[in-house]
Amino acid sequence: MTREITYLEALREALQQEMRRDERVILLGEDIGVYGGAFGVTLGLLQEFGEERVIDTPISELCIAGAAIGAAMVGLRPVGEIMFMDFITLASEQLVNQAAKIHFMFGGETSVPLVIRTPAGSGTGAAAQHSQSLENWFVHTPGIKVVAPTTPYDAKGLLIAAIRDPNPVLFVEHKLLYKTKGQVPEELYEIPLGTAEIKRPGKDLTIIATTIMVKRSIEVAEILAAEGIDVEVIDPRTLKPLDKDTLIQSVIKTGKVLIVHEACKTGGYGGELAGVIAESEAFDYLEAPIVRLAGRDIPIPYNRNLEAHTVPQVEDIIEAARSLAKGRV
Amino acid sequence: MPEKMDKRLKLQMLEMMTSIRAFEEKAEELYTLGKIHGTMHLSIGMEASAVGSVFSLHPEDLILSTHRGHGHCIAKGADLKLMMAELLGKECGYCHGRGGSMHIADIKGGNLGANGVVAGGIPIAVGVGLGLKKEKRDRIVMCFFGDGAANEGAFHEALNMAAIYRLPVVFVCENNQYAMSLPFYKGFAIEKISDRAAAYGMPGVTVDGNDLLDVYATVGQAVELARSGGGPSLVETLTYRWRGHSKSDANRYRTRDEIEAWKKKCPINRFSSHLLNTGIPQAEIDDVCAAASSAIDEAVAYAEACPEPDLEQIERGVYA
Repeated sequence: MTREITYLEALREALQQEMRRDERVILLGEDIGVYGGAFGVTLGLLQEFGEERVIDTPISELCIAGAAIGAAMVGLRPVGEIMFMDFITLASEQLVNQAAKIHFMFGGETSVPLVIRTPAGSGTGAAAQHSQSLENWFVHTPGIKVVAPTTPYDAKGLLIAAIRDPNPVLFVEHKLLYKTKGQVPEELYEIPLGTAEIKRPGKDLTIIATTIMVKRSIEVAEILAAEGIDVEVIDPRTLKPLDKDTLIQSVIKTGKVLIVHEACKTGGYGGELAGVIAESEAFDYLEAPIVRLAGRDIPIPYNRNLEAHTVPQVEDIIEAARSLAKGRV
Repeated sequence: MPEKMDKRLKLQMLEMMTSIRAFEEKAEELYTLGKIHGTMHLSIGMEASAVGSVFSLHPEDLILSTHRGHGHCIAKGADLKLMMAELLGKECGYCHGRGGSMHIADIKGGNLGANGVVAGGIPIAVGVGLGLKKEKRDRIVMCFFGDGAANEGAFHEALNMAAIYRLPVVFVCENNQYAMSLPFYKGFAIEKISDRAAAYGMPGVTVDGNDLLDVYATVGQAVELARSGGGPSLVETLTYRWRGHSKSDANRYRTRDEIEAWKKKCPINRFSSHLLNTGIPQAEIDDVCAAASSAIDEAVAYAEACPEPDLEQIERGVYA
């Protein structure tokens, strides 16, 4: 049975159902109890599972990550929440030097099955320290998996898969997606990590987008369809490990690729996607240079217009896709 | 308590300290010969802190160790052969040659790992404590760190969190007087690191870390408190490392006289004298030391015979 729920409700349902199924799953984070988390994802879970499994922590991000690691090493399945992705900087030592290394560095003798959930992205007027998209720092860290769902269906299935995965998983949520709706099955299901999805099939141009940009790119595809441009939209869903084959096959089919993400362009995930395509057999099928559309290389500004002007909007994607489809960049 | 301790336990503790000393002296020799590469952090002179602390645990308890962790690992019961093989970077070492001296871990033996980041293990202890509290088997975790680590933010976050959840954790701060080159008095405006425990609402006590029986008794009280549900404690063991911080250290920040003065407070000699004074014959003490020494030679022979890791397997274990 499926029904329409929001992305936020899908995340909560994944946590709730997995906690009912598996006693080892615990939650750790700031204000996740009575308050329900800064965005409300964990609302009501304290009442159902109690303080032993829904642990309100002090404002100590480093120790949230560290506590998740230690708990994972003795058999629990912790899910930590970092209130804003910007604050993951405070937890980075534990995630980068500890969680990502322990399995390898100790010769595979122990593992760290944990999830860190965190909301990323701009568009809320929260300015430079509450709006960043820092996922690529962790893509660049062997030992961590990075997941970034776009739809409610993906949010639920990927979160369940992330909790069951034996590795540390960074689970990136986008604030502007929390209230978006979609069909979601009532039962538990997993979407395997490392599987991309073609969100809209097309033959003229491939757009590879992540998180909120997938949603915008689908809108763009519908608009351009009216102009006779048939756009294929692909969501990698898992940034690491990346399902390279789905991307490559699409580019072989369309011969043109536009990469869209919110994080700033320099050093962003788009560079990795472009590299994967350029190194692959799809290179020989490219009819135009690979195009990257990404956030400007600036901190997120406060002013509403400046903020919107910092990251790709629907109009920006239309313009880039149209130019590319017409063969000119 | 010390007077009631049986002779066998005392001799085991002496053997353990001697074994740690012999292991590290041998490791240093192998480093000098170029058989061990990278670096290492020796705890020579600090053996009573490791042995006194770990001997107050049950075998099923857990520890988290530091970059200066050979002593903790050996005291927890590690196999010297697998340790030496790891220092030599061999496939049959504890971490299959992926960790080395700085990341020695003996997971099955309850050592959840040394740590290359100062204070890196302290937040992890909080999570281990959460897990152990939930399993309700009365196990505890002992978390070692040095004086330098007490000035990291991780120390503050972790001790606070361990205290508010009353976790079964014993924090053992081995104050060996120097955070690399920074002397204690330049890194702290307080007299004792254990005074900080009060700020977190847990007991804090400082002991002579070169007095094995004092460490054993004091840490033992903290262990019992943790095991009985009384929450965490902070124990500071005052000690001294005879060697440099690592192999790159030229000892520019301290005097030869200071080092020699601390060598006179050698924890092994001190405990041996105590044993002699309590009527244990010199011959028995000598036998224990000889046994420890021959075990090291066997470990080296084993390690040298082990194969190198297979280059084809270089990417093994990045993900579980």
